[in-house]
Amino acid sequence: MPPSFYILAALTIAATAAALSLRNLVHCALALSVAFIGLAAVYLQLDAQFVGLAQILVYVGAVSILVVFAILLTRNDEATKPLVSRFSVAGAATALVVLGVLTWAIDKSEFTHRKLPPAPAATVRQIGDALMTHYVLALEVIALLLTAALIGAVIIAMHNEEPKS
Amino acid sequence: MTDAIDQIFVNLKHWLVGWCPADLQPLASIILSVAMVIGVFAGLFAVVTVIERKGLGRIQNRYGPNRVGPFGFLQFAADGIKTLTKEDIVPRAADRVVHYLAPLALVMPVFAAYAVLPFGRNMTLTELDGGLLFFFAMGASTELAVFMAGWSSRNKYALFGAMRAIAQMISYEIPLILSAITVVMLTGSLSLVKIVAVQGTYAGWLPDWNVFTPWGFAGFVLFMIAAAAESNRSPFDLPEGESEIIAGYYIEYSGFKFALFFLGEYLGMFAISGLAITLFLGGWHAPAVWLTWVPSYVWFMAKLMALILLFIWVRGTLPRLRQDQLMNFAWKFMLPLALINLLTAGLWHFIPPGGVRWFICSALVVGPYLMLGQGLTSPDKATKRVYRFAD
Repeated sequence: MPPSFYILAALTIAATAAALSLRNLVHCALALSVAFIGLAAVYLQLDAQFVGLAQILVYVGAVSILVVFAILLTRNDEATKPLVSRFSVAGAATALVVLGVLTWAIDKSEFTHRKLPPAPAATVRQIGDALMTHYVLALEVIALLLTAALIGAVIIAMHNEEPKS
Repeated sequence: MTDAIDQIFVNLKHWLVGWCPADLQPLASIILSVAMVIGVFAGLFAVVTVIERKGLGRIQNRYGPNRVGPFGFLQFAADGIKTLTKEDIVPRAADRVVHYLAPLALVMPVFAAYAVLPFGRNMTLTELDGGLLFFFAMGASTELAVFMAGWSSRNKYALFGAMRAIAQMISYEIPLILSAITVVMLTGSLSLVKIVAVQGTYAGWLPDWNVFTPWGFAGFVLFMIAAAAESNRSPFDLPEGESEIIAGYYIEYSGFKFALFFLGEYLGMFAISGLAITLFLGGWHAPAVWLTWVPSYVWFMAKLMALILLFIWVRGTLPRLRQDQLMNFAWKFMLPLALINLLTAGLWHFIPPGGVRWFICSALVVGPYLMLGQGLTSPDKATKRVYRFAD
């Protein structure tokens, strides 16, 4: 592993920890977007250019904006809750169980015992070709789903009752 | 001889890097290139602020700055000293950390976007395979910085400005990217270096630039309008709106942080103009065969200056849009035109060259433009506005 990986990993983990533990929700959202950037940098470092750049474009450019807007429109950030809630024990137990199951599953899977294949040089062109030929049906289905979601969102937002005078 | 002048900066860099020890050569090469880009474009920013103020003054029938230096052309130095020495005021209620980080978060991606622009022959900082994607990824990251500035100031005008800016940037990002995609469709590559290389041939007295095709012309116009909106330039300067919300998201910034916002805005405009040149105006290629002896970077800078002057001219000419006009324009005019333009570009690819292709594609550009434009401007649509929440 090159040293840049450790730097990026430390940045991503620190940002994620900050996103989980900061008191102000907007700060959490901003820390989360730093974690997104860190992940994108890891992808780029692994030569997955398309995934890394799409990660920045979609997550930093759109998802984090969505998150901060959702926070601004729904929450009052003055009300801070105690750090240790009464669900903390149950939460920690659930997290431990999930971690255990995941560790067991990853350890059992053949993925970890397989020899690493040589890294394929997946260029943007290859990804585009695969999307347009082999996976074109999946792409169209996703496009249809997104269009339906878009129209649905517009209809919900258009809900325009006559204001009562 | 012309080759030597054309490659003078590349050779100069190689010569300078050659003096370094072998281990440090990659690092020295990177630092030299980055310092060059920062120096040149920050200098261009300084010059353009003066040109803009002089130009606007001429349009508005007044002098503009005329006190510092000959004809006021050293005004940028005075402005720079002023912003550097001004007190940096942070509101007491502001979120200090986010308030401090916001201008940096704006300027850094803007500078990073320059990494993939081809400034001249062999003058690209990094020849990324997905260079266009990188550029748009960097452009999208600036939205969060705008939000940080508006939110951390704890000022309702700042928050209004940030909301307006984000709504506008997201709305106009779609026609911006869709109009750029036509070039990718016809070139078959996301690499900006390759997109420039494809436009490097000459057909008769016209160069093979994308702007000289029906889809390219429509794409270029859509791209420039969306670029003006992305860089918050007039007539799309609602996020600043001095007469409505004072200065928008940077109302609570002073001193050098304000200068950084100003710098980020102008550098964003230069970068997106550079992208428009790369995609539609042939990049650093000369406009005619007999002009190829002029160095490539001169052509890039000349085209860049032309686009900047166009921006200044538009700013001095058009009044600011209203918020509903802004959104209608983006979603009901620009987006359909950009989508139809995708179809036009596809047809251009499949119909064999000739007059038929020109006729069909031009009709596909002009027809929707006339029809959609009529829908946008028809006067009988003006109805009494109904306020949902303000009554």
